Amino acid sequence: MSKDESTSSRATIAGWYDLFSRGARDWLRHNEKVREAVRSHLPDAIAGGDVLSGGTKTIRVPVRMLEHYHFRLRSPEQPQGVGQGAAKPGDTLGPPGGSPASGKGGGGRNDGGFEFLLEFKVDDIVDWLWEEMKLPNLRARVGRAEETDWIREGWDRHGARSRLDRRRSMRESIKRRGVQSADSPRFTDDDLRFRQLTRREQPATQAVVFFLMDVSASMSDRDRQLAKSFFFWAVQGLRRQYRHLDTVFVAHTTEAWEFNEEEFFKVSGSGGTVTSAGLKKVREIISARFDPGRYNVYLFYASDGDNASSDHADAEAALDEIAALANYAGYLEVSATPQSRLNSECGALFKALADAGKPAASFAISRFEDIWDAVRHFFQHQAAG
Amino acid sequence: MPTPHIDKKWRELLPRIEELAARAGLKYNPVDFEAVPESFMMEIAVYGLPVRMPHWSFGVRYISQLIQHRMGHSRLFEVVFPGNPGHAYLAAGNSLAENMLVTAHVLGHADFSRNNMLFRSSQQQVGDHIVEQAASHARQITMAVEEHGLKRVELVLDAALALEQHIDVDRRVQRERYPEYQAAKPEPPDDAFSKRFAALNPDEAARDEGPKLKRAAIPPHPERDLLWFIANYAPELEGWERDIFLAVREESFYFHPVHATQIMNEGWASYWHARLLREADFLPQGAYVDAIKCHSDVVRPIAGGDKVALGINPYHLGFSMWEDIVERDGMDAARRIMQEDDDVSFVRNQLNAELAAKLQLFRFGADSSGSVKVLETDLNALHEVIVGPKYNFGAPSVAASHVRVDGTLELAHDYKVDGRGIDVERTKKVLEYVEKVWRRPVIMHTVDSHGTEIALSTPADSK
Repeated sequence: MSKDESTSSRATIAGWYDLFSRGARDWLRHNEKVREAVRSHLPDAIAGGDVLSGGTKTIRVPVRMLEHYHFRLRSPEQPQGVGQGAAKPGDTLGPPGGSPASGKGGGGRNDGGFEFLLEFKVDDIVDWLWEEMKLPNLRARVGRAEETDWIREGWDRHGARSRLDRRRSMRESIKRRGVQSADSPRFTDDDLRFRQLTRREQPATQAVVFFLMDVSASMSDRDRQLAKSFFFWAVQGLRRQYRHLDTVFVAHTTEAWEFNEEEFFKVSGSGGTVTSAGLKKVREIISARFDPGRYNVYLFYASDGDNASSDHADAEAALDEIAALANYAGYLEVSATPQSRLNSECGALFKALADAGKPAASFAISRFEDIWDAVRHFFQHQAAG
Repeated sequence: MPTPHIDKKWRELLPRIEELAARAGLKYNPVDFEAVPESFMMEIAVYGLPVRMPHWSFGVRYISQLIQHRMGHSRLFEVVFPGNPGHAYLAAGNSLAENMLVTAHVLGHADFSRNNMLFRSSQQQVGDHIVEQAASHARQITMAVEEHGLKRVELVLDAALALEQHIDVDRRVQRERYPEYQAAKPEPPDDAFSKRFAALNPDEAARDEGPKLKRAAIPPHPERDLLWFIANYAPELEGWERDIFLAVREESFYFHPVHATQIMNEGWASYWHARLLREADFLPQGAYVDAIKCHSDVVRPIAGGDKVALGINPYHLGFSMWEDIVERDGMDAARRIMQEDDDVSFVRNQLNAELAAKLQLFRFGADSSGSVKVLETDLNALHEVIVGPKYNFGAPSVAASHVRVDGTLELAHDYKVDGRGIDVERTKKVLEYVEKVWRRPVIMHTVDSHGTEIALSTPADSK
C-alpha cells in the first residue's frame, strides 16, 4: 500500500537493516558499469564537456542511467491510456504534465531517466585514452641529447665508505670463510665491495610545448573553445611522457604575446592575422629559454587558416627555422565550416613543411567530436615520424 | 534478529482486528508482522522480495525510487508476501491509526493470496516459502560470484532477468524435457481395409517400416517459456548458469499472480481495510478519523488539486469495483469472483457501463505534439486499454521457434497477437544478452513499422 504525499521526514531505525543495504550495493555496481561504459566511449563522453577550468584534476561527465533491456513492443504511433475525471470526448487536456499514463506501483518498468554526474580523474582518463586509442608513447630524441647522469654500474674493491655494499661484502665474507678454517677473521679488506658509479648519456627527458593560437577577429568563441579543448588533451598526453614538461602559451593577431595558461584561454583579440608574428615570438622564446639540445620542442598551432598573403614568405621562413629545432610541429585548423579543410594559407605552410620531410602534420576539425581524431592523428604521426 | 518495533497498543488491538476479519469470513494463513525502516521498505518494493539476488538493474530502480521519494512523490505503508506464514512489513514511521488501517489491508491481501486461483496454483508449485526461497537464491548467486567472478555471473543474470517475464504459466514449474523421439506411428488397425491396402503393394508397405524411432525437433512446438528452454537446451550452458536461470524462473512464477491480479488484489485489500475499520468500534475515535483520512488518500483517483488524472489508480478502481459487486450481488458472489478471476476477466466482466460512467473513465490518446485528447467512453475500449498491459505478463509474445543445425536460436514474435512489431533497438540488446549464454547466434523474427517481416540479429562485432 502506498500513497502520494508531499512531505516525508520519517524516523528510521538504522543498524540491523543497514547490514544489507542491497539497493546501495547494486547502485554502486551500476555506477561501476557506467564507468566502464563511459570509458569505452570516452572520447564522445567528454569531448563536449567544459573540462579545462584551470588546472582541474578531475572532470565531471554527465551520464544517463543504464537501461536493463527487455523485449518491448514498438511504441504505438498514438500512445493511449485510460484516464479519470471530469472530461468528455473531444476535450483537449494539453501535454501530459510529467506523469503519463503509466500508473504507479509497477516498481520500475520505466527504468532510469535521470541524469547524474560522475567524476573522473584526468590522469585516469589519459591513461585509458592512450590504451583505448592505442596511442604510442612519444619518441624522445636521443641522438642529440647532452644530458648526462650518474648511474650505478658494477662493484669494486675500493671506494668511498658511503658506497659500501654490505650485502655483497657479507656474501664475499661467507664465501671466503667457507673455504678457510673456522677461526678466520669475519671480515678482511678483500671482502669489501663498493658500488661503482659511471657517467651515462641520457636522452633528454625535458620537453617544452608551444601552444600558439590565432586570436584574431575571425576566430569565433567556438573556434577558440575547440582549440582550447584540443590543447588540453595534447598537454595531458605529453605530460604522460615527460617528467618535466614546460608549456608556453602564445597568442597572436598581427602581434604576438606570451600568456600564462589561465589568461591564454580567455584572451580575445581583434584585427588581422599575421602568422609570422606568432612564429617569430615562438622562435624568440626557444632561443631565450629552451636550448633545443636539452629540450624536446613541440609546437602546436591552432588557427582558422587565414593569413595575410603578404605574410607568406615571412611565415615560411619562421616556420622553417622552428622546424629545424623542433621534434614536431602540428597544425590544427579549426573552422565551423568543414569544406575548406586545410585549403588555407596556413594549411599550405605546414603542408610544404611535411612535404619537405620535416616532422609536421595538419588536421582540420569543426566539431568537438573531432578532437579525438585530431589527438590520434598528431600523436600517431609523431610516433611514426 | 531485531525486536519487531511495533507499538504495544497495536499489539493489543491486533487480535481484535483478526477476530473481526474472521467473523467477516476472511480465510487466511497466519501473518508475521514486522516494522522496518523506510529505507528497507523501499528496497523491498524495488526488489519485489525482502532478500533478492543482486543485480545492477535493481540499483537503478532503487535510486529512481529514492529520488522520487525524496522529491516527495510517494510513501510506502506496507509490503506483504503470501506464504504460510505470510510476511508483512510495516513502515516504522506509520502512526497507530495508519497501522490499524494497514493491518486490515494486509489481512485482505492474505485472504486474497490464499484463495485466489492464480496465487494458489503458483504457491502449490513454487511452495509457500517464497521469501526464504528468494533469500536462498540470493545466497546461491553470491556464492556463484565468489566462484566464477562477478562479470560472468552478471552476464548470466543480464540475460535471465531480461527474460524474466517469458515463462509459460499454462505449464508447470517442474517440467520434463521434451521427449527425445517422436511418438511412434500407430500400428495400422487390423481391419479389412488395411489388409487390402497392404496386399495392394507389398513393397511399399515394407519400405514404410524404416527406423521406428525418429528424433523429435527441438522445440517440438513454439516454446514460450524462454527461461526454461535456455536452461535446458542451451548448447554449452554450465550447471551453475542453468541454476541461475531456474532461480530467476522460479521467482517469475511467484511474481506472475502478483502482476496478473494487481487491480483485484489491491482493491480487495482496500475494500477490507475500509470495511473492517468501519466495524472496529474498539478503535479510539481520533484514530478512526485519521485512518479514514489515510484511506481516502490511498484510494484517491486523482492527485490533489487536479481535475483529471491521465491514468488510473488500481487501488481506487479495484476498491470501487468490489464495493459495486458486493452491493449488487452480495459477498458470496464477490468471494467467488475473487477466487476465480484475474484482472483481465475481472475488468471485462465486472466493470460495467454505469460504474465506468460513475468513475468518469475515458480513453485518451496523445498525438505527436504531445497534446492529449479525450477520445471516448465506450466500455469495450476502456476494458481493452486497461487490461492491455496485463496480457502475457506484460511482455510481447515471444517464443523459441527453431534451433538451426549450427545451433542458431530462432525466436519468433507473434506480432499478430500483439498488433505491432517489437522495439528493434531494445530487442537487439536483449539478443546480445541471450547470445552470451546461448553461445550461438540468436535471431528474432518480427515485423517493422510497415508490417513487413524482418529478422533481427545482434551486430556482428558483439561476438
